[in-house]
Amino acid sequence: MLSSKVINESHGQDSSYFLGWQEYEKNPFHETLNPSGIVQMGLAENQLSFDLIESWLDDHPEVLGLKKNEESVFKHLALFQDYHGLPAFKIAMAKFMEKIRGSKVKFNANKMVLTAGSTSANETLMFCLANPGDAFLIPAPYYPGFDRDLKWRTGVEIVPIHCVSSNGYKITKEALEDAYERAHKLNLKVKGVLITNPSNPLGTSTTRDELDLLLTFTSAKKIHMVGDEIYSGTVFDTPEFTSVLEVAKDKNMDLDEKIHVVYSLSKDLGLPGFRVGLIYSNNEKVVSAATKMSSFGLISSQTQHLLANLLSDERFTTKYLEENRKRLRERRDRLVSGLKKAGIGCLKSNGGLFCWVDLRHLLTSNTFEAEHSLWTKIVCEVGLNISPGSSCHSDEPGWFRVCFANISDQTLEVAMDRVHGFVEAMVMNTNHGKQKRTMWDSRRRSLINKWVSKLSSVQCESER
Amino acid sequence: MGLLSRKATCNAHGQDSSYFLGWEEYEKNPYDDIKNPDGIIQMGLAENQLSFDIIESWLAKNPEAANFEREGQSIFRELALFQDYHGLPSFKNAMADFMSENRGNRVSFDPKKLVLTAGATSANETLMFCLADPGDAFLLPTPYYPGFDRDLKWRTGAEIVPIQCTGANGFRITKSALEEAYEQAQKLNLKVKGVLITNPSNPLGTTATRTELNHLIDFVSRKNIHLISDEIYSGTVFTSPGFISVVEVLKEKKLENTDVSKRVHIVYSLSKDLGLPGFRVGVIYSNDDIVVAAATKMSSFGLISSQTQYLLSALLSDKNFTKNYLKENQIRLKNRHTKLVSGLEAAGIECLKSNAGLFCWVDMRHMLRSNTFEAEIELWKKIVYDVKLNISPGSSCHCNEPGWFRVCFANMSEETLKVALNRLKMFVDGPSSTTRSRSEHQRLKSLRKMKVSNWVFRLSFQDREPEER
Repeated sequence: MLSSKVINESHGQDSSYFLGWQEYEKNPFHETLNPSGIVQMGLAENQLSFDLIESWLDDHPEVLGLKKNEESVFKHLALFQDYHGLPAFKIAMAKFMEKIRGSKVKFNANKMVLTAGSTSANETLMFCLANPGDAFLIPAPYYPGFDRDLKWRTGVEIVPIHCVSSNGYKITKEALEDAYERAHKLNLKVKGVLITNPSNPLGTSTTRDELDLLLTFTSAKKIHMVGDEIYSGTVFDTPEFTSVLEVAKDKNMDLDEKIHVVYSLSKDLGLPGFRVGLIYSNNEKVVSAATKMSSFGLISSQTQHLLANLLSDERFTTKYLEENRKRLRERRDRLVSGLKKAGIGCLKSNGGLFCWVDLRHLLTSNTFEAEHSLWTKIVCEVGLNISPGSSCHSDEPGWFRVCFANISDQTLEVAMDRVHGFVEAMVMNTNHGKQKRTMWDSRRRSLINKWVSKLSSVQCESER
Repeated sequence: MGLLSRKATCNAHGQDSSYFLGWEEYEKNPYDDIKNPDGIIQMGLAENQLSFDIIESWLAKNPEAANFEREGQSIFRELALFQDYHGLPSFKNAMADFMSENRGNRVSFDPKKLVLTAGATSANETLMFCLADPGDAFLLPTPYYPGFDRDLKWRTGAEIVPIQCTGANGFRITKSALEEAYEQAQKLNLKVKGVLITNPSNPLGTTATRTELNHLIDFVSRKNIHLISDEIYSGTVFTSPGFISVVEVLKEKKLENTDVSKRVHIVYSLSKDLGLPGFRVGVIYSNDDIVVAAATKMSSFGLISSQTQYLLSALLSDKNFTKNYLKENQIRLKNRHTKLVSGLEAAGIECLKSNAGLFCWVDMRHMLRSNTFEAEIELWKKIVYDVKLNISPGSSCHCNEPGWFRVCFANMSEETLKVALNRLKMFVDGPSSTTRSRSEHQRLKSLRKMKVSNWVFRLSFQDREPEER
């Protein structure tokens, strides 16, 4: 009766990633109304710099009022559904992307395709570059949403490029070749490589060497290279952000028709609700086909108008990028030091809205089952919704993605206190060291017994 | 191995048709009453430009809606972060109510069964992804909106099999036409998954009759297939007979909560009724929970900007506004329609009697050199180049009889419409081919030949503006 796409439901939304979300929704933390609720640390949102945008809006009331030079632009916008996009907006986006890259790369508005979010951009690129049954190689761990965005309606497959913590998750030649071989063994035609740079969930930007290696690889195999640079404006620490287009330029590949970039304003500007994404490509056929496909997900002209004005203001964009980076860095530092106090380390990061946290030492065994149990404990008992590495297709159990930019300073404090408490409890109950027998101790013991019995369930039965 | 996908390199997006060439000509030489009074008048664009002032006046009185404010408080952050594919609850409630109002409150819509999408373009494609597998077919009555060839087929791999409707009976959908289409699909080895109708019809401008809707419900019931009713023009019905939605007929037949009601899905949008195609607001309504769930997840690929959802939730929640708007909009559409019809009559040209939409289905069969589609295209080119009116030839809408044209009336000013009708009258009256001198005839003929070869050269031209419905 319904299509196979619906019946087979390969949208990937039954993964634990979404189940943690559900638990949070049932019992969300609130400083005053629900202080024992679950703190949301699984949401890669940037809530740190809204005041800068709000202040700009206050200074420019005519933009929201749909007026330009005292004349109404309402009718023009109401009718504007040209899939080539509002010219002023594309030009502003091009300038903004250039600024993020320190002007090391130039963007031509004619090579840009606007889409309703990068979710739409990524799917559209797959429709343009791959046939059903073809594969894209993606370094793991990767954003869980890719399983839906890249595969569901397109019929494209993902073959992971294995990256490991022992070398800081660097993409190696061997890993690339290995992934390519595996695809072949599965009878899948590899159409390209897709990377997220800076990486979600790692929070690290791809190094120049890695980009060079990737371009050499894709060039030799005559396949596509897609760089999802959605977090490019969140790089707050060295090394500086290097775009795949910058390295392409160095390799005299800057007009190469197999290199494509995806961008969005959901992370850098914190505006996921406005649905602003884009595809950038030197390939005319891709731009042409993707432009027509964008009919299925155009950006509201009302929103294009607002952002064209916001991003055309160079003073604003310069100040915003600088201040935003500063705030992200401070927040990241607080998370890292908070975790460090609890004896927990993170992968050294230089961007993103999250840290890739090492909880391997808290696993009862080096297995994904143990990771799942630990995660359940953390969601239900500690009351933090964080993302288990397995949901990001991590090869090694024990890593978790913890977001830091979607909560207030105070909430982060609360979260860190809970982590300290939890770790202390864990330590008290190991076989190492002396154990103090106190009232607290027996309480903790009964709590742990509860955890043990809940190890196989996801549902949090009791209120924290 | 092809570098790009088959979808990217084929022409299934349907945008090489002659339909878009007219658009191109208009773009090169657009009419402006002051700056370019000899330019081409755009009558191929199904836009509703008649009632913007009503919306603008509401906006002026309610600045909060566009300013991210609610009851004096800023909700900018809330909206900036709001990407829940279940949609803004207040917006869905307002849409459900508005859809009900459009149907005289004879039926009600449950906001939980609504899925928001970036335009009806997205809604239709999403429904195809949910209901059909690649190679499956949907039956569509002809003539139909040219955009369906792209929206329903391109990325989904679904096929369209036409239900042939003819001018002899006013293009009504008959039982036999339905059966024939079904058999035709079988012959082509295509599994029929459903029927899709546009009600009111684009390009006909007529509402489906109760009889037709009954036939359709019986048909999909017997064949155990789906029925999609694209009701994007439901708010443009300006005269009798009134609009009857398929959900009304289901209710009358006491078929609510039955299996067949789960297979009837509605598509709606604010692009025509409110004239807001730029804001990308579309909707799927379905009684099938699984379809709603799947379509909701798929809507991730085309969500409506929260900024726009908020603006429109405020607008449509204002019942004074909606009541006044719907009424006034219909009056203006009716007036405009009357002007076009009488202007055409004065030129000896008739239209299909219509009661809705933003266009008329105009009968120019008597002006064809011969009863062929070649003659239709020839006439169409004359009208674009010589009369300087961009109208849509019936062949682009898959009409099976040459000589019909869709002419829009709501996307220009009244004065411009007058100019267009004058030009048409002059073209029809004279110099007519019987009184035209032989040399003049020869001159026009060679001019046409030259243009025909230009057209042939351009037939493979790729990049076009998006067509309007």
